Amino acid sequence: MTAVTDEILTFDEAMEKYDPVLGFEVHVELNTRTKMFSSAPNAFGDVPNTNVTPVDLGLPGVLPVVNGVAVESAIKIGLALNCRIAEKCYFARKNYFYPDTPKNFQTSQFEDPIAYDGSIDIELADGTVFTVEIERAHMEEDAGKLTHMGGSTGRIQGAEFSLVDYNRAGVPLIEIVTKPIVGAGSRAPELAKAYVAAIREIVKNLGVSDARMERGNVRCDANVSLKPKGQEKFGTRTETKNVNSLRAVEHAVRYEIQRHAAVLDSGTPILQETRHWHEDTRSTTSGRPKSDADDYRYFPEPDLVPVVTNEAWIEKLRAELPEPPAERRKRLQADWGYSDAEFRDVVNAGVMSSIEDTVAAGVSAAVARKWWMGEISRRAKLADVEPAELGVTPELIVELNALIESGKINDKLSRDVLDGVLAGEGTPAEVVEKRGLAVVSDDGPLLEAIDGALAAQPDVADKIRGGKVQAVGAIVGGVMKATRGQADAGRVRELILQRLGVEG
Amino acid sequence: MAEINRDDVAHLARLAHIDMTDEELDRMAGELAVIVDSIKSVSEVAGDDVPATSHPIPLSNVFREDVVGETLSNEEALLGAPDNADGRFKVPAILDGE
Repeated sequence: MTAVTDEILTFDEAMEKYDPVLGFEVHVELNTRTKMFSSAPNAFGDVPNTNVTPVDLGLPGVLPVVNGVAVESAIKIGLALNCRIAEKCYFARKNYFYPDTPKNFQTSQFEDPIAYDGSIDIELADGTVFTVEIERAHMEEDAGKLTHMGGSTGRIQGAEFSLVDYNRAGVPLIEIVTKPIVGAGSRAPELAKAYVAAIREIVKNLGVSDARMERGNVRCDANVSLKPKGQEKFGTRTETKNVNSLRAVEHAVRYEIQRHAAVLDSGTPILQETRHWHEDTRSTTSGRPKSDADDYRYFPEPDLVPVVTNEAWIEKLRAELPEPPAERRKRLQADWGYSDAEFRDVVNAGVMSSIEDTVAAGVSAAVARKWWMGEISRRAKLADVEPAELGVTPELIVELNALIESGKINDKLSRDVLDGVLAGEGTPAEVVEKRGLAVVSDDGPLLEAIDGALAAQPDVADKIRGGKVQAVGAIVGGVMKATRGQADAGRVRELILQRLGVEG
Repeated sequence: MAEINRDDVAHLARLAHIDMTDEELDRMAGELAVIVDSIKSVSEVAGDDVPATSHPIPLSNVFREDVVGETLSNEEALLGAPDNADGRFKVPAILDGE
């Protein structure tokens, strides 16, 4: 990689002068059993060039046949994005010469996408809603996977040769294209992330894609341009390719806004080009400019016949759609009785489904929230993973909660029990046993500890005797320390007050 | 329809990464122009009321069940490849010359 560092403005500087315009092309890999036009398996991670048929390799004389399930998935995505579904649409050949497609063309759709003119509401973390207009969603096929060899770090620049695996070639793709998104202002990077997250959530919820970004099931190309504040006409855009995590989408949009602003400030026009995102430096570098190599010479695919829809078919598919994620959120918030702020925190922490499962397993919504937003989120942050990835099951929370409610352990001890369970020491009850974590419920040792704590802080004891009941906390703290947390704080408080002859 | 000229042929050859000599470009421009002219005669009979068609048989919705079929083995897949390594097709450096 060349060590050219572009000048950038700070984000705030850029926002003072310019309004960003965004546009996204999100590619969604469907999770059909077979490919778009062949009966080869659609599977990730298999031995290279084994999930291939002569169709996928573009061998002479082959004929593609459309996967009917993929068409239905495309229609479902269109419906979920509130699109109109085409009555009649065609496939087209997008011609280009590059080894990721052995056919020298990608079978796609050009003038007649299966779905068009949609919109979705995107809710940001603070509850602000932006409506993103969808231009189209069309059917196409994925390309093969290239590995560049002999260069420095697997980059295409300086590579001596490339190796190609066509297992992915022909995997069904739906490309979702937005209309230009204006008016997001300084919320643009956040909106970018939220939009891609919403698409991922929708296709996952529909069950039409595994939606795993780390596997490339959902990939985003982000278009950014700036226009001076008050100007109507859009500026020249750049397209940052394959920004493949939610965080990267946000960062890439932010970076391109800052870079565009610096270029425009210097009086230089923006070059319409592809940019490559680099996660390590959190910056983009120039890809290739738009050139005559982008002359794709689309023409209707002569080997495939049109897809014709009708109302009965579309309505049947519409009836199969699951509850939309946004409506599901509304329903769950009402069921659980969380405040707007509480619910938003739950959604942002990515634990809504976990709480749903935990409530279904038999604890109250308040208890489920306490666990997922408290101890589990804390651990997830420390381990830099998603809370749901820690291996805490709803059943485990139910068991821990039952132990707390029965008085066998307290909140503090329950964390040690969780440690033990996650370390593979057995069920919560077994961990309590093995680690000797049960609450000290025998008053004898507690009274001993209380007397010790009172003797250690005679002035506090006097205050309590004198009626300052709130001072009891200092004594409770001393007792909890002496019993290494294995006491029920409520019981300790009661006993202290009894000991001092004070009414709680 | 526009005539096919020598520049068009050179452009297409470049897109397809095919090296063509001047002589080949001249010859191909002539041959392709004849073909384009022949096809042009179709538009003489097809009026505005005839929709553009890409398939001669009026079929629609020819779909396949989503059922896995036979695949090639890795060896079979690579059989026709000019070069391979590590079970994959080996192709020359892609950015070479750009």
